[in-house]
Amino acid sequence: MTTVHIQIHEKTHHGTKIPTIENFELTLNAGEFVCLVGQSGCGKTTLLNTIAGLDANYSGAIHVANKTLNPKIGFVFQRPCLLPWRTVRENIELVFVNQKVISKTHIDELLALMQLTAYENAYPKQLSEGMCRRVSIIRAFAINPDLLLMDEPFVSLDAPMAREVSELLQHLWQKRPHTVLFVTHDLREAIALADKLVFLTSRPMRVLKEINVSIARNQRNSKNVENFREQLIQNYPELQPLL
Amino acid sequence: MLSRNLPTLSILVFLGIWQGLAIFLHSSLLPSPENVAHVFWQHCQSGELPYHLGVTLLRLLVSFTISMLLGCIIGITLGRNEKLNAFFDHWLVIFLNIPALVTVILCYVWFGLTESAAILAVVLNKVPNVVVMLREGTRALDKDLLNMAKCYQFGRIKTLRHIILPQLHPFLMSATRSGLALIWKIILMVELLGRSNGMGYQLHLFFQWFDIASILAYTVAFVGVIQLLEFALLKPLDNLALKWR
Repeated sequence: MTTVHIQIHEKTHHGTKIPTIENFELTLNAGEFVCLVGQSGCGKTTLLNTIAGLDANYSGAIHVANKTLNPKIGFVFQRPCLLPWRTVRENIELVFVNQKVISKTHIDELLALMQLTAYENAYPKQLSEGMCRRVSIIRAFAINPDLLLMDEPFVSLDAPMAREVSELLQHLWQKRPHTVLFVTHDLREAIALADKLVFLTSRPMRVLKEINVSIARNQRNSKNVENFREQLIQNYPELQPLL
Repeated sequence: MLSRNLPTLSILVFLGIWQGLAIFLHSSLLPSPENVAHVFWQHCQSGELPYHLGVTLLRLLVSFTISMLLGCIIGITLGRNEKLNAFFDHWLVIFLNIPALVTVILCYVWFGLTESAAILAVVLNKVPNVVVMLREGTRALDKDLLNMAKCYQFGRIKTLRHIILPQLHPFLMSATRSGLALIWKIILMVELLGRSNGMGYQLHLFFQWFDIASILAYTVAFVGVIQLLEFALLKPLDNLALKWR
């Protein structure tokens, strides 16, 4: 588990005048679950892609685990991004950089925690959407990443399924804490999951406000989450347009 | 019942029509199926047909392998790189449109009537086709999966093997199928114009003697080998790779 420091002076997409991200600065403490909350299209996905090293065209510096080069990053994308020609287990094993250090028991545990043990030899096409999400979450945890990025991983799931996967994720994260950066536009989801909420402006994207979630993890039922949300709106009227 | 026997029935009808025509025309220019089978057997026993067929198959194997490898490398590179593609696209159009006969003649004139000139002529004809197909396939690659591979530090070889090639599989298969069909035809021309063995050379001889039965016998061998390749090699490959579907 590691501290992560992100500083982006400017990130402008090719062919646009207004920068997508400007003067963005954020620090994640080791083992902290941070939710980024912002409107759709404000540049959250761009931010995650930049942190993951998928887009090197920006000015600034990103330190993960005091490494600027090749930190271990687990990424749960908006789509599950599983290889349809590989089984669930092969999909998970494939992300290990060194294929010799794959721990079978480690993957067995993760599969059990996500209730997928029975499906380890199934192909993604045979699974439901929610199960595919769970596989992609396991894949991200499996490499013991320095930083876990999640880009609205529940966005295309229906409400009951999203709740189920979200609960499994919390359960998994409590067993195996990692530093997490989780993007969402759903405030309730963010309050239920996060240690810290980070509100973002729309383009150019900056940090508008950082707020710690004070509810204990075992008390986060829908009533408490709702109360916290209403208080938030009362105390910080400037967040109104985001909520 | 009918649908299961349809291929047999269809071939029987074909042979029936052929036989009927042969009897009706009663000409040495259209020998009957029975006659052709007899000649086929004679050529096989003398060892002539297997030898020339073998020579042609060897040329096919060599030129096919070279064209597929070169075509894949160039096609994937162009598909992944916009600028290179913009530049070489025009070259590709030129090479696609040069008639096969011209490449064959030029190769023989420039490099002599040699085996390597023959292979080169076939390769030059086939490579542009493979490039075009593989380039299309590479352009259609799933960007999200490529991002995933990059994020999890797959590296070049691993990305190629696990992300790119499985997605290119249908394109590779159709390049293989159309490639076999095309190369067969060009190889015969190459052999006819500048080699002293192989199917093309033999067909040329039979043409000069007006030996239609032998020409048809060689054709049968030809079609048979291609069908064999399809069922013994390509179909199983297809099934193996598409297990996950």
